[in-house]
Amino acid sequence: MGSAVAAFEDNVCGITLDNYMEFPEGRRLLSCIQCGVCAGTCPYGEFMEYPPRKMIAMLRAGLAEKVFTSESLLNCVACYACMAKCPRDIKLTDVLLPLMKEQTLTHLPEMPAELQRALQNTLRYGNPMGESSRKRAAWVKTAGTPVRILTEDPSPCDVLWFVECYTSYYPRGQAAARATARILNALGIDFAILGNEEKCAGECGRLTWEPGLFETLVDYNMAVFHKYRFNRVVTSCPHGYNALNRRYVPLGFHWELDHIVPFLARHIESLKPLMRRKLDRLVTYHDSCCLGRQYDFYEEPRKLLQAIPGVRLAEMTHNRLNSLCCGGGGGGMWLDTYYKAKGYERLSERRVKEAVATGAEVLAVACPYEVSRFEDALKVLGHDKKMVVRDVTELLADAMEA
Amino acid sequence: MNIIVLMRMVPDVVEELEVAPDGKALDMEFLRMVLSETDDHALEEAVLLKEHFGGTITALAIDAPEIDDALYAALAKGADRAVKIVDAEPGLSARAAAALFADAIKELGPADLILTGAQAIDDLDGLVAPLVSHTLGMPYLGTVTQVIPDLAKRTATIIREYPGGVRGEFDVPLPAVLGIQAAEKPPRYVPVAKVRAAMKTQKLETLSVQTAADAGPGLVEVIEMAKPAATGRAQMLEGEPEDIAGKLCEVLAARGLL
Repeated sequence: MGSAVAAFEDNVCGITLDNYMEFPEGRRLLSCIQCGVCAGTCPYGEFMEYPPRKMIAMLRAGLAEKVFTSESLLNCVACYACMAKCPRDIKLTDVLLPLMKEQTLTHLPEMPAELQRALQNTLRYGNPMGESSRKRAAWVKTAGTPVRILTEDPSPCDVLWFVECYTSYYPRGQAAARATARILNALGIDFAILGNEEKCAGECGRLTWEPGLFETLVDYNMAVFHKYRFNRVVTSCPHGYNALNRRYVPLGFHWELDHIVPFLARHIESLKPLMRRKLDRLVTYHDSCCLGRQYDFYEEPRKLLQAIPGVRLAEMTHNRLNSLCCGGGGGGMWLDTYYKAKGYERLSERRVKEAVATGAEVLAVACPYEVSRFEDALKVLGHDKKMVVRDVTELLADAMEA
Repeated sequence: MNIIVLMRMVPDVVEELEVAPDGKALDMEFLRMVLSETDDHALEEAVLLKEHFGGTITALAIDAPEIDDALYAALAKGADRAVKIVDAEPGLSARAAAALFADAIKELGPADLILTGAQAIDDLDGLVAPLVSHTLGMPYLGTVTQVIPDLAKRTATIIREYPGGVRGEFDVPLPAVLGIQAAEKPPRYVPVAKVRAAMKTQKLETLSVQTAADAGPGLVEVIEMAKPAATGRAQMLEGEPEDIAGKLCEVLAARGLL
């Protein structure tokens, strides 16, 4: 992982729309054959005046300004679909799209209010929902199992669990936090959290468009990481995982890194005997974009789910590489009002229709953004009696109940 | 056109507010301060006016925790100068704050417009702007939502909003003090990189004004500050829909509403 990330960073660090030809990843744009697979696979491609294919053509013609003075990039939910399918391996989602989005939002006469609030909140409170940074670890009191907070007990630990925002604050996210804490304790893992010292890793900054916000968060979080001694970081958020992996490593993040799902999958043999309760459910799993297309963690969540007694898996039409985005990435989490005003179908509703069509009773997810998005979508579509949304960790913890 | 924007930090209500042990003020130890929302609107209105009519903006603030961040953000948004009044006592009354601002404005030199928030969460009476205007001998209008200056005539047309969707239009000679209710557009987003650049390249000026001590703590004494006591409780009806409907009928009947 380390060398791939270093190469990635060498190839793109300092790249802009003006100097892209000086970078290998920038020059790769010249190899685009204008096949249009990117535009076709983009979940909001039909609403983009300049989908990725046209974007590259415009950039090559010296007309990038026309792209970023349109609103095309507001429709990019950073789902990695175009990048995963590009036959020329052009790093669209990692390189070109964030550069274009940064310029788009700089040139917008008015930023969508919901997104503006989320960004301002992340800067001030370290979380997009604008909750007090002093309440980040408040969920621990309801965990029902010990969770060590490094601020209170700074002795070394094996696993630093980077809980992240939605898992810390959002009530349904906290359910996954409690479940994760119970599983880690049941496995006998020596773990601790940063508590109120933790702030958003900032994936929806650097990787999407707000580099200044991201740099502020990196400076802050790196200083906090260096205060403590631990061997590895495990995070509950695929977006946090992506940020830590892609952008923190070149800036000195040298610890082993995992997302909770692949981490638990590595402990599957220890988990199996702990799960004695039969759940007897038909479950469909939604591949999160950051875990799936970006890091190929397709089988780990499925193996975990299949290890739960009584769980049967059903696949949606679009799964693994072809999974449909929930619409929350790239800032989309805070653009629902904007999309609604434009009359777009919410991507989470499109996804939930597929999930319901499998006949499953449970929609399993591994990204904390998805719980609220899919639960809302189920209610809007009137399917909330047929299907529930559960984090993979919630299902594992349920099966561990006596 | 030269505009001075008066900026104050107020308690951030995202955090829990606690009453200090003396029972007369907020506990400052656990407080976080944030730029007053209406002052942010005043700054936005100033930036919009500068964009349309040219001129300069001076952001003028009384020193407080986190004020530097707010002033650098003002510079990043388009303010030309950021001036911090230092050596002031914490927890100033509106009268004392207004006296400080008025003295500082005299030091800064002539301005065409002095904008500030019409109200603040710790100044619901909106006293600061009228007190400043009184001290400086300038006209004052509050709850302003639009400013249309006519620099040749040295006047401005001011739009105010009244309850019930009523709109008032006023002519005011310049210079004037205006209490801004809402800018014509919501306060803009300023990319963090711009604020960080401002921190590296621009300096905050400091200003020490002496007369404020004479303004005193204000003429109103705080007798007690306390959290409101809960006076009643919501009653939750539980059970199956039929049971809930039955219980609801009983509750309504018991109160003579059925």
